[in-house]
Amino acid sequence: METIADIEWILACYADDVPANGGACVKHGNEQIAVYNFTRRGEWYATQNLCPHKQQMVLSRGMIGSEGNSCEPKVACPFHKKTFSLLSGECLSGDEFQIKTYPVRVEDGKVYIGILD
Amino acid sequence: MVGYKFCEKLVSRSNQFNIIVFGEEPRIAYDRVHLSEYFNGKSADDLSLSSASWYADNGISLHLDDPIQEINRTDKTVHSLKGATIKYDYLVLATGSSAFVPNIEGIEKNGVFVYRTIEDLDLIRDYAVNARIGAVMGGGLLGLEAAKALIDLGIKETHVIEFAPRLMPRQIDSAGSAMLQSKLKQFGLSIHLNKSTSEITGGEKIEALKFNDDTLLPVDMLVISAGIRPRDELAKLAGLQTSSRGGIVVNEKMQTSDEYIFAIGECALYNSMIYGLVAPGYEMADIVVTHLTGGDKSFFGYDMSTKLKLIGVDVASFGDAFITEPDCRTIVFEDTHKGIYKRINISNDGKYLLGGILVGEAEAYNILLQTVNNKIVLPPNPEDLILGSRGGEAAEGAGVMSLPDDALICSCEAVSKLAICSAVNDGASGIDDIKKCTKAGTGCGGCVPLVKDLITGTMKANGQYVKNIICEHFDYSRQELFDMVKINKLKNYDLVLDHFGKGDGCEVCKPVVASILSSLWNDVIVKQHTIQDSNDRYLANIQKGGTYSVVPRIPGGEITPDKLIVIGQVAKKYGLYTKITGGQRIDMFGAHVNDLPAIWEELINAGFESGHAYGKSLRTVKSCVGSTWCRYGLHDSVSFAIEIEERYKGVRSPHKLKGGVSGCVRECAEAQAKDFGIIATEKGWNLYVCGNGGSKPQHAQLLATDIDSATCIKYLDRFLMFYIKTADPLTRTATWLNKMDGGIAYLKNVIINNSLDINEQLEEEMQELVNTYHCEWKEVVENDELRKRFVHFINAPEEKDPAIKFEPMREQIKAKW
Repeated sequence: METIADIEWILACYADDVPANGGACVKHGNEQIAVYNFTRRGEWYATQNLCPHKQQMVLSRGMIGSEGNSCEPKVACPFHKKTFSLLSGECLSGDEFQIKTYPVRVEDGKVYIGILD
Repeated sequence: MVGYKFCEKLVSRSNQFNIIVFGEEPRIAYDRVHLSEYFNGKSADDLSLSSASWYADNGISLHLDDPIQEINRTDKTVHSLKGATIKYDYLVLATGSSAFVPNIEGIEKNGVFVYRTIEDLDLIRDYAVNARIGAVMGGGLLGLEAAKALIDLGIKETHVIEFAPRLMPRQIDSAGSAMLQSKLKQFGLSIHLNKSTSEITGGEKIEALKFNDDTLLPVDMLVISAGIRPRDELAKLAGLQTSSRGGIVVNEKMQTSDEYIFAIGECALYNSMIYGLVAPGYEMADIVVTHLTGGDKSFFGYDMSTKLKLIGVDVASFGDAFITEPDCRTIVFEDTHKGIYKRINISNDGKYLLGGILVGEAEAYNILLQTVNNKIVLPPNPEDLILGSRGGEAAEGAGVMSLPDDALICSCEAVSKLAICSAVNDGASGIDDIKKCTKAGTGCGGCVPLVKDLITGTMKANGQYVKNIICEHFDYSRQELFDMVKINKLKNYDLVLDHFGKGDGCEVCKPVVASILSSLWNDVIVKQHTIQDSNDRYLANIQKGGTYSVVPRIPGGEITPDKLIVIGQVAKKYGLYTKITGGQRIDMFGAHVNDLPAIWEELINAGFESGHAYGKSLRTVKSCVGSTWCRYGLHDSVSFAIEIEERYKGVRSPHKLKGGVSGCVRECAEAQAKDFGIIATEKGWNLYVCGNGGSKPQHAQLLATDIDSATCIKYLDRFLMFYIKTADPLTRTATWLNKMDGGIAYLKNVIINNSLDINEQLEEEMQELVNTYHCEWKEVVENDELRKRFVHFINAPEEKDPAIKFEPMREQIKAKW
């Protein structure tokens, strides 16, 4: 179990900046983080921006959606449509890829991303 | 490969074991079955079966480049080359085999290679640069693979030398070999049968092969592929029982003469036989894993049936391929025109299939193999099995469903028919689902067509109506959804999803609905940018590395010198790579997403418009120079091409659309390879439709002859709108026509004879799209809110993606990644 104390919350952007039902890329030091505004579900997600399949910095430009009866939220890489769970980071297209996910908090129109120290 | 499979199976079934892997090669296990693809651009990484982190993640300690030197069976320890001493409870030998190198005089000369490891391939590749004539010793499966590799490496003249009187002596008979030989000749291979090499002549390096019949073949290099020898030297040293002809003797549990030591794969000798294929090796791995985890499973030999593609020729052999009369009856089909040979051996009572050989066409392999293995009673006309049913009732796919439940469908992963059908009954609905939950089709991939038939067959058997639904969120075909969206006048994705869909949508239905909305209402697509494919979202084509390319419209390929200068200036200013496209326009590559609005602002100010190269919409109408300049030209093809491109530009469709106009029958615009093609005649134009370049080229078909320009446009309006309204997503016009009941005759009847009484409507709908045309880039450039979206970092809009790097190439740039 991770404890809250380990997480540093960084101010990523304003909620208005991220398009409805879409993503945007946030710069955090040398890291690129994709943040998704899942307006349809009233949820926010964040993952690494790098698609592990062909090493492209593009996940924030991918389409989001859901899969299966459990409505697993997912993002599809715009390059070759590999899809990843926004909850677990697991690749849903049958490949052995895993992407990093981050917790997201939205307060007063500001989007915070939780970084594990 | 077999060693890796053992690890994979063991960690998936137990965490009780501490696994330590020693390997002689410097790299992790890789796919030797597809080794020759290394020469077609696959890298060593692509061939890897896993990653170094996979071993670490599963707690396996990996010692590469460090072969075991000695086994101490009393202490149960192993000693490695680098000096590690490890104690074991169980030891699994998966040492594989090495290439057999015959003892011929001169074999040590430079330019003589074996074909076994990636290192061998590297050596061959380096040497091939300076070689013109190459030879392969051995006309078996691996030898022909090696010959293919030499051709791929650009060797001008490639010879195959086989000792036996036929090629692939273990798999096919003389007639099949003759057919294969004539096919291979077409690919530039010279084949020498019945040849025994007595000497390799030359100085330091190989210069020629000398044969027993005293003939001489000058060569620059030689690849030896004359069979394999099991790597049993370590076992021999440890006093384990080995065979004098090579191989570590094992029992049906894969145990060697020491019960704590197992041998699997090509080093193991079971029942006096080495199993040199990957599938039995995987089965052996499974048996050892089952044994170690407390189960009980035995090896009883293995079906050595095989199907492969050799230099573009399908070759398969299954069951008892060589049994002959009077022990059986054979049915042979031979077509020297197409290069097809098929032979099946059936039991004397005509009831059962015993085996057979297929050369040149092996589509029936899977079902034939299943028929042998499951002892399925043959139909009254067994020749149908290789000739196809000729008349009478043809039950397509029924053959698959009649297999028994325990029929082995995927031999690499040992998946039965029952497992696949159960997965479908549990909700798996596509090949990807099946791969995920059963692993079927993830090995050599040969069973994939069979698995697909099983999926469709099972779904049909369950009474599930198999229809072309868009995705899990919409239970409708594109055509149905198109009509429903139209009748209900829905104008955005969320409304469509709320009305007719479920869930939250996905990357399949979003662009389909986006295309439908655009074809119906022609609104500015970037207003709903997050339902667009990336290219439509950023109005540019995403390229390797994450940059975009920019293509302004150049109708009919006609451009003024001033506009050419502007393109040059813009490309220079933003550091873009420029290339002429196949559609007679200019593509500028390497643009940062941040620069796109500024680039387009400059282009638009110079009079350019979006070229829609990013969209599923009209790309270009290619033209020849036509009657204005060409002495053969009948009509002004350029003017007509421009008129047509201007008319349909920006119209969104199920897939991209390309057109062409040629000024005479010489067809310089290649109009018959386009979705619509127009060719000048003495009396007017001939209109062709539904052609296609791409991976499956198809000529366009003649829709109307000798029509005037106005009629041509009228027919095009109807044709394009009919396509837009009825085609499945991402279906080009050629495929759309191929699937259409009645084909071109039906289409003619609709477009020319108005058989559906919809032509007036089609024309109105197209005119509406033409009237509402807008340049999407102009909308963005003039709108600050839209411009703001073209950034990489939302919290640092000025900064470009630092991951993007370029390197120089021929005085321009290319993406580095």
